[in-house]
Amino acid sequence: MSLFKKSPWVLHYNCSSCNGCDIEVLAALTPMYDLERFGIINTGNPKHADVLLLTGGVNAQNMDVVRSLYAQMPDPKVVVGIGICALSGGIFAPCYNIHGGAATAVPVDIYVPGCAARPESIIDGVIQALDILQQKADAMRGRRRPAALAEEAA
Amino acid sequence: MDMTGIAGAAAFLIGAPVAGGLLAGIDRIVTARMQGRKGPPLLQPFYDVGKLLQKSRLVVHPHQGLYIWGFLVFLLIAGALFFSGGDLLLSIFALAVAGVFLALGAFSVNTPYSHIGAERELLQMMAYEPMLIIAVLGLYQSTGSFLVRDIVASGRPILAELPGVFLGFLFILTIKLRKSPFDLSSSHHGHQEVVKGVTTDFAGPDLALIEIAHWYENILLLGFTYLFFVPLHPALGIALAGATYLLEVFVDNTHARLRWQHTVKLSWWTGATLGLANLAILDLLR
Repeated sequence: MSLFKKSPWVLHYNCSSCNGCDIEVLAALTPMYDLERFGIINTGNPKHADVLLLTGGVNAQNMDVVRSLYAQMPDPKVVVGIGICALSGGIFAPCYNIHGGAATAVPVDIYVPGCAARPESIIDGVIQALDILQQKADAMRGRRRPAALAEEAA
Repeated sequence: MDMTGIAGAAAFLIGAPVAGGLLAGIDRIVTARMQGRKGPPLLQPFYDVGKLLQKSRLVVHPHQGLYIWGFLVFLLIAGALFFSGGDLLLSIFALAVAGVFLALGAFSVNTPYSHIGAERELLQMMAYEPMLIIAVLGLYQSTGSFLVRDIVASGRPILAELPGVFLGFLFILTIKLRKSPFDLSSSHHGHQEVVKGVTTDFAGPDLALIEIAHWYENILLLGFTYLFFVPLHPALGIALAGATYLLEVFVDNTHARLRWQHTVKLSWWTGATLGLANLAILDLLR
């Protein structure tokens, strides 16, 4: 049963975005798009989250924050980088304090393009991330019960 | 304990998670419709708990889970006592112990949000316990017994004799069901001021246990609500108890959260006026 696909709880963190992508993320979470239809809940708490949505490039001050949030999420978990800044730092990349995209802090599974990313493409990105989440969950189950994995392979 | 008692307790232990989960699903759909949304599937609470059980167990310290088991086990005891037709007083005392375990679990971790949640959980208990005791005393005054099986068999017009106690009970039911305006200890949405309050530092399987315990708790509370509708046909009584839950959902969606000072003050005043006055008048009429 792919329960992870049916109940993804997301955590949203703004690294050092211009707020453009964040407004689009929040737009996707509002009653207008009603993401609860898919069981998606905005948790605001890393310990309850399965999907970490990151916007903006990582700077010297929030590097540790992003890493801490990621570390506090129980496995399996996926990270979605939203917007061009989460990919490379975007127009902020040359700034003295910007390390680069979200991947400079934590491993990113899916990038959503755009400046700002559209709500539809954010939803699409999260849905694609859920496939990876399910793969990670399956791999985890395999680690816990090697016999079950061998059975599937046979 | 006779056979029906054992059957009642077993029905609660096995059936309450199913009924409680479905109730939570209905709650979420009705809430969504009230907000002009479609809402999740009916079985969403089961998907959530199933997923949480599959997550890795991330704890701050090893005995964190012990408190959650304490919360669940005492809820099971409270519910089994109630549905086996046992002592209502013992049942609500076990319920109080369960609540204390949840607060202890929340106090045992380091998050300030969790601590605020635990303090508010205790304040909420302070707020609702007097009225809960008054409700039990009212049922005793009306039927002459603390035993659930005697209360159910009494056939007394309980609601007609205890209208004030029933209204007071409805008031604290909102606190017990963790609905707005009294969802102080564990805000319904995690992105608000106390994050998730008491459950902030519980992840994966531990959070799943808390959810399951809440399902048990909600069914037990609906059972308690049913006692007020006892002389009616059981199906009608259960329907009315269900309608009470929908009323609570409506209140949840139409009220903003109160501060703890107002919560304690309002609940005590409700208990002191509606509850005690009802008991006094009933005593004078006898």
